[in-house]
Amino acid sequence: MPLNFPLAAHTRQTGTRATTQENTMKDTDIKRLLYTHLLCIFSIILSIFIPSLFLENFSVLETHLTWLCICSVFVTAINLILYLVVKPNTPSKRSSLSYKVTRFLKCCIYFLLSCFFFHIIFVLYGAPLIELVLETFSFAVILSTFTTVPCLCLLGPNIKAWLRVFSRNGVTSIWENSLQITTISSFLGTWFGAFPIPLDWERPWQVWPISCTLGATLGYVAGLIISPLWIYWNRKQLTYKNN
Amino acid sequence: MRLGSGSFAACCVVVEVLGLAVFLRGFFPAPVRSTSSSEHRAEAPVPEPAAGASSNWTKLPPPLFSKVVIVLIDALRDDFVFGSKGVKFMPYTSYLVEKGAAHSFVAEAKPPTVTMPRIKALMTGSLPGFVDVVRNLNSPALLEDSVLRQAKAAGKRIIFYGDETWVKLFPKHFVEYDGTTSFFVSDYTEVDNNVTRHLDKVLKRGDWDVLILHYLGLDHIGHVFGPSSPLIGHKLSEMDGILTRIHTSLLSEERKALSPSLLVLCGDHGMSETGSHGASSLEEVNTPLILISSSFERKPGDIRQPKHVQQTDLAVTLAVGLGLPIPKNSVGSLLFPVIEGKPMREQLRFLHLNSVQLSKLLQESVPSYEKEPGFEQFKVSERLHRNWIKLYLEENSSAALLNLGVKLRRQYLDAIRTLSLSLSRQVAQYDIYSMVVGTVVVLEVLALLLLSIPQALSNKAELEVPLLSPMFSLLFYLMFLVLSAIHVIVCTSTESSCYFCSLSWLTAAGVMVLISALLCAVVSALSEMFVDGKLQRKNTGPSNSRWSELDLLILLGTMGHVLSLGASSFIEEEHQTWYFLTSTLCLALCHEIYRNCFLGNCCEPGLGGAVVALQDEDAGKVHKSHTPLDSLRGSEKWMALASPWVILTCCRLLRSLNQTGVQWAHRPDLGHWLTSSDHKAALSALSAFCLVVTFVLLQRRCSRTSRVAMALGLLGVYCYRAATGSLLLPWQRDKAASKGIVEARFVYIFILGILFTGARDLLKSQVAAANPKCKAVGLWEMYSGLALLAALLLRPHNLPVLVLSLLIQTLMTSFIWKPLGHDAAEVTVMHYWFGQAFFYFQGNSNSISTVDVSVGFVGLDSYMEIPAVLLTAFATYAGPVLWAIHLVNFLSSETCRGPAMSHACFCYALVCSFPVSVYIILVTSLRYHLFIWSVFSPKLLYEGMHLLITAAVCLFFTAMDQTGTRSRISS
Repeated sequence: MPLNFPLAAHTRQTGTRATTQENTMKDTDIKRLLYTHLLCIFSIILSIFIPSLFLENFSVLETHLTWLCICSVFVTAINLILYLVVKPNTPSKRSSLSYKVTRFLKCCIYFLLSCFFFHIIFVLYGAPLIELVLETFSFAVILSTFTTVPCLCLLGPNIKAWLRVFSRNGVTSIWENSLQITTISSFLGTWFGAFPIPLDWERPWQVWPISCTLGATLGYVAGLIISPLWIYWNRKQLTYKNN
Repeated sequence: MRLGSGSFAACCVVVEVLGLAVFLRGFFPAPVRSTSSSEHRAEAPVPEPAAGASSNWTKLPPPLFSKVVIVLIDALRDDFVFGSKGVKFMPYTSYLVEKGAAHSFVAEAKPPTVTMPRIKALMTGSLPGFVDVVRNLNSPALLEDSVLRQAKAAGKRIIFYGDETWVKLFPKHFVEYDGTTSFFVSDYTEVDNNVTRHLDKVLKRGDWDVLILHYLGLDHIGHVFGPSSPLIGHKLSEMDGILTRIHTSLLSEERKALSPSLLVLCGDHGMSETGSHGASSLEEVNTPLILISSSFERKPGDIRQPKHVQQTDLAVTLAVGLGLPIPKNSVGSLLFPVIEGKPMREQLRFLHLNSVQLSKLLQESVPSYEKEPGFEQFKVSERLHRNWIKLYLEENSSAALLNLGVKLRRQYLDAIRTLSLSLSRQVAQYDIYSMVVGTVVVLEVLALLLLSIPQALSNKAELEVPLLSPMFSLLFYLMFLVLSAIHVIVCTSTESSCYFCSLSWLTAAGVMVLISALLCAVVSALSEMFVDGKLQRKNTGPSNSRWSELDLLILLGTMGHVLSLGASSFIEEEHQTWYFLTSTLCLALCHEIYRNCFLGNCCEPGLGGAVVALQDEDAGKVHKSHTPLDSLRGSEKWMALASPWVILTCCRLLRSLNQTGVQWAHRPDLGHWLTSSDHKAALSALSAFCLVVTFVLLQRRCSRTSRVAMALGLLGVYCYRAATGSLLLPWQRDKAASKGIVEARFVYIFILGILFTGARDLLKSQVAAANPKCKAVGLWEMYSGLALLAALLLRPHNLPVLVLSLLIQTLMTSFIWKPLGHDAAEVTVMHYWFGQAFFYFQGNSNSISTVDVSVGFVGLDSYMEIPAVLLTAFATYAGPVLWAIHLVNFLSSETCRGPAMSHACFCYALVCSFPVSVYIILVTSLRYHLFIWSVFSPKLLYEGMHLLITAAVCLFFTAMDQTGTRSRISS
């Protein structure tokens, strides 16, 4: 487990050679990050256009539930593939099959739990308890896809690590930093997505939970775009001390 | 002059209230009036237009009806007569509507749908302004021209039975009257029997020309039980019986007298789905209007849908029917079916009279009236009319004449419709000058508050208020002179009435002095801040105090709420904003607690051991000594972890208790379920449980005497509700409902006792200053006295709101605020947010109709204005007030914090006055918005009331702060 010393500024005097080396490493990392994120965005775009080739009457607003399922599947798949290909984490020492299986099962359970958790939170925020259960739950699923799945891929089923990443100054790598940004921006997107619901425009996308799911998707996409740019912009200030 | 920030804030809010009052006075305009309305000399009636040969019709046409009976049923909704309920419960009326000699309409009432403005609209034909709602409780005499005034001038004998409002509106108009009071909402039989008991005598006597009956029972049933109650059906069939009696008697009279009479059945406003009224939903606006007379011929099988007309159309129709001049300010158009049976020449004469009156009103209220399309149409039709009369007098062939007449009639009707529409659309002029003065005062105060934030929230909590020095500065005198000049110029040049100009010169000068002094204070504060900022930047580097996520949320939430007030939907659904913000706040607190609990201070550099502890399974135990939650023991820590979730669940439950707002108000909610008569037992059990829990939560910190008083008081609350019939007592079944005055007064005694004990303890702590505990107990007793009052006043199904608010306060105090050590400003804003959320949890909304007026009669025999208004205000704002008082309690129990109380007072004042000030500007810029009367104005009234309450709260804060500092100093 890496140490988390995120000391942002004031570390420039550590030695030029080490810095340049670090910088080149970081640049390649940022490039990889950008490509993976572009792939994720591409998968979301695909989930909008591909189903209309196979399904009749498919549209994001009218057959919203179908789109949610497809989008969730696409994003999960691309995340898993990218995780297996890119391997941003240092590989675990214990790599026995049984360990991997239990880890995978644990991840599945965590995913389900997070779906239920989000569902409960939506109800606490005022979603109807009995009506529209399916809609609310699929909203919970898509939000878990945007937030929990990347977390599970990157951090594994480890609540402590999650809490660390999502508190101030708790980030230890570019990957975690981008994870933080995308997750927070998905949540913010969801949060802002609830704003148009009380307006009396009577548009089809104001129906629960469409505006929220759209907000979450937009927030996720925005996070995917912003995080590499932000990291690139601040690459001088960002130093993650890994032991 | 040095002031504590608490007293400074209190002063600011008080000044702001004054500014807002001036603004409100200017904002609610006087309705469209004919300028000649003050002089009531009888003008000569307009003669029939004629070209060349003069017409012999110069007098007013003779009355169409010898007698008119108006039956006004309060809150009669259109579907009570025309819908399935009408068919079921009002068979005679629906028979008349379908087959009899009657014309039926759906009359649309303009908001505000409250009785007094509606009576005015019916009788004068004008559109009363929004201020009439506020004046609704004590209605002054109506000085405008009305049908009744004209009838009295023409020597008609008018008899009135029913709502007292009429007697106040039209004093000395009735030869005989009997007023019933509309304020006992729980009485719905007596009130109508008092009207009906005169009926037989009056109908037999027949020495009158106009009879008006105003029945209140239906409205009362609606207020108490809602529109779906079975009592509505009973009441409707009672009304049907009365109508039958009147109609048969009128018919038999007609046979003798051989002249037709008119029976009018109407409602003043409708009834919303929750049973109240005041707003502009379809149910509240649509009322039936049925005119019954034997002179209305109808072919058999002629079934018509009731046409939509305006409520103001009745006045002109009545005036024509009685052969009277049309009221001058009427904007209504004649209900044409009434005169359909008359010969063409008379029809045209009536239409001409109506259009002449409307065009006169238009000339007086619109400067560029000649360009109005209605006026042009009127001129064209008048010319055609002249030609028609000429042809008529020359005895031309009747068929061609008739055709021409029909065409002309259509022209007239079009002209009248256009005129009436443009008149009712004509919003009276806003009194911009008063509005600007009020806005300037409010904005200056806000600027002063904002500029003094750094000083006021410093550790000293004191600030220099530069009051004396500007008094002698040049700026002050210049400003004063300029303002006075502007005042003189505006007041001498303006034509429309202006409230601020009508004030005495001394008062106006006082306001000018206030404005210029405030401006000087703002300027000096600004310059001081600028200089200070420069100095500070030179002296020290950038401040390294960082905003936590919670601060950011609080700031953004407050700003977001203020911005949301610009959209009408967000105002209608403002409760959603607050629920959303409080939920987010709970989640943010949850995040903070969990981080503190599991991660501790490991993020701070220098604590290397934390990392090891991180990987440890029971990191909390190892690392506990560093977390802020360390003061809590094992079980308490679990409670702290669970408390945000408990609070969230409570809020969610409360949210489904009362559906408010507009869009989702019709959804089923727990409150309706509980109040329906089938679930009385459940409601009783719930109320009893709530009262017990209230006692348990409140008694902890009370002295013994007030504990006993509290128990008895809560018992009394249950007895009171049982006496009024909304709750069950197991040993009393089928007892007739009473007003429960004895029980309520019993509770009042205990409330006063508890408040008195609290005040005594507070005084004792101030005098002796030895026992700080005494003060805490005293404050808590004040708080529990108010909670008991809320328990008495809130409806039984709203008792969970009270209980859960107490529960949430307890949880927050012991598990969140104290352990996490939030500062006074954060705690204050959180209290404010929860207070606002609880305002809506109670079932309030931003429309006038959700104010529960029946609260004003708890424990009162008759209507007494001051107690009723105070009680209603307290019951409406119970949530915010209880949270604010709890804030005082919380902060005074933390004695070590020094200036916490002044900080809190300052923050509370700022957080409350910020939305008001911005809202004033928003409303001013949106004053021609479509929803200004239905959405923005009620919200403005609510904001004004809220500011008034805030001022009271801030004064209370300051008083407590003063006693606190004095005791600190003397000890």
